[in-house]
Amino acid sequence: MIEVKELRRSFGPVVAVDGISFDVEEGEVLGLLGPNGAGKTTAMRILACFLKPDSGTASICGHDVLQNPIDVRRSLGYLAENVPAYNEMTVGAFLNFICDVREIRGSSRKQTLDRIVPMCSIESVYHQSIETLSKGYKRRVGLAQALMHDPDVLILDEPTDGLDPNQKHEVRKLIQKMAKNKCIIISTHILEEVEAVCSRTIIIAKGRILVDSTPEKLKEKYQCSLDGVFRKITKSESASLV
Amino acid sequence: MNSFKAVFKRELKSYFTTPLAYVFLVIFLFFSGYLTFKQGFYEMRQADMSAFFKNLPLLFVFMVPSTAMRMWAEERKVGSIELLFTLPITITQAVLGKFLAAWLFLGIALALTFPMVITVAYLGDPDVGLIITGYLGSLLMAGGFLAIGCFFSAVSKNQVISFVLSVVACAVLVFAGMPSTLNYFSTFLPAGMVTAIESMSFQKHFESIQRGVLKFGDLSYFVLLIVGWIAASSIVLDERKAK
Repeated sequence: MIEVKELRRSFGPVVAVDGISFDVEEGEVLGLLGPNGAGKTTAMRILACFLKPDSGTASICGHDVLQNPIDVRRSLGYLAENVPAYNEMTVGAFLNFICDVREIRGSSRKQTLDRIVPMCSIESVYHQSIETLSKGYKRRVGLAQALMHDPDVLILDEPTDGLDPNQKHEVRKLIQKMAKNKCIIISTHILEEVEAVCSRTIIIAKGRILVDSTPEKLKEKYQCSLDGVFRKITKSESASLV
Repeated sequence: MNSFKAVFKRELKSYFTTPLAYVFLVIFLFFSGYLTFKQGFYEMRQADMSAFFKNLPLLFVFMVPSTAMRMWAEERKVGSIELLFTLPITITQAVLGKFLAAWLFLGIALALTFPMVITVAYLGDPDVGLIITGYLGSLLMAGGFLAIGCFFSAVSKNQVISFVLSVVACAVLVFAGMPSTLNYFSTFLPAGMVTAIESMSFQKHFESIQRGVLKFGDLSYFVLLIVGWIAASSIVLDERKAK
């Protein structure tokens, strides 16, 4: 459902994404791991058609990100890293705006809101303006926004950042539940999350893919926890670059 | 189309959910009235609105960029642009939605100057046609300033910078057509150049419409100005949205 081929993007002299390629199929949850500045967010932004790649191609559900960005965005739910939203709006008005844009109207809008609002546990803040929300609630609103149109592909940039342990657990359960018939990419720094929800993991550093494997295989190969695997791989890479 | 409508609706509402609209309306209505009466509305002893319309370009030079500056600068600063352009919305739809919402808002501000019309009608027997073309000219001028403001708002993330740049750009276009400026230019520029500068300024076209003459040239001046700056905003935005 997601096909990425030789994607490259640089900002001035800094190469953020340096020729990455991977495919993700339905039912897979791909965990994108990497140290800060590895290029995870840039790669996700390219897939969400917010950034254009310098070279290479990517397609989602058969739609090319450069040729058909609007179709890509229709079939995609995207949660950005810093959860952008219109702060002066109330949660309800914001979700209704998303429904307007996504053309969810009439009774299906009511059904969608009835499904999404409890799912993301934002009933209590529904009439509150977004600027007054805590980081965790804001992220839940962002998640609600991404799930609204029941997309086939989900791209979530650090979906559990700022959530309390209970909420983290809830969101992970939600991702697992949705995983069966969707294709999901999440980026995270929390390695236990990868073990909990991801069926596959890609470790990238300095814009390049270092490892593309499953969490279990990695642990088996390196004979240590995922935490140790991550450190070994990313440190040896930076050592070899020095 | 639906995405355009959604952006338009959200944008128009956002003016009224923040204090922006109310602060703007109060200041605009106060100064538009104050300047009219200070310029000798009664002394003219004519029941028309020329004193009102005469001051509008000057007022718009400051007021319209203050409406326009937040359009994209705020969106980029807060980061909500990443949300907007990962939803199924094209840049043109978003730019037009925001522009038309702001234009309608300025239209509402102009419509709220209706007590002026009532005053003039009460005092005498004004030419209705002149009032209508006066308002039409003002609305077109507001649109022109807004398109310029929209462009500079897309250029800079900083609202103050975008405000200052658009005030300067609008002021240049207004003051280039003032008789004193044109007199000065005529001392060292050939007559053809002076006419060209005059034709490029807001003043000439606004005054001509305000006098009740709807010429194709004047209307197309405003239309071209708006379309040109809006198109430029879209291009700049596509280029700089993620920077």
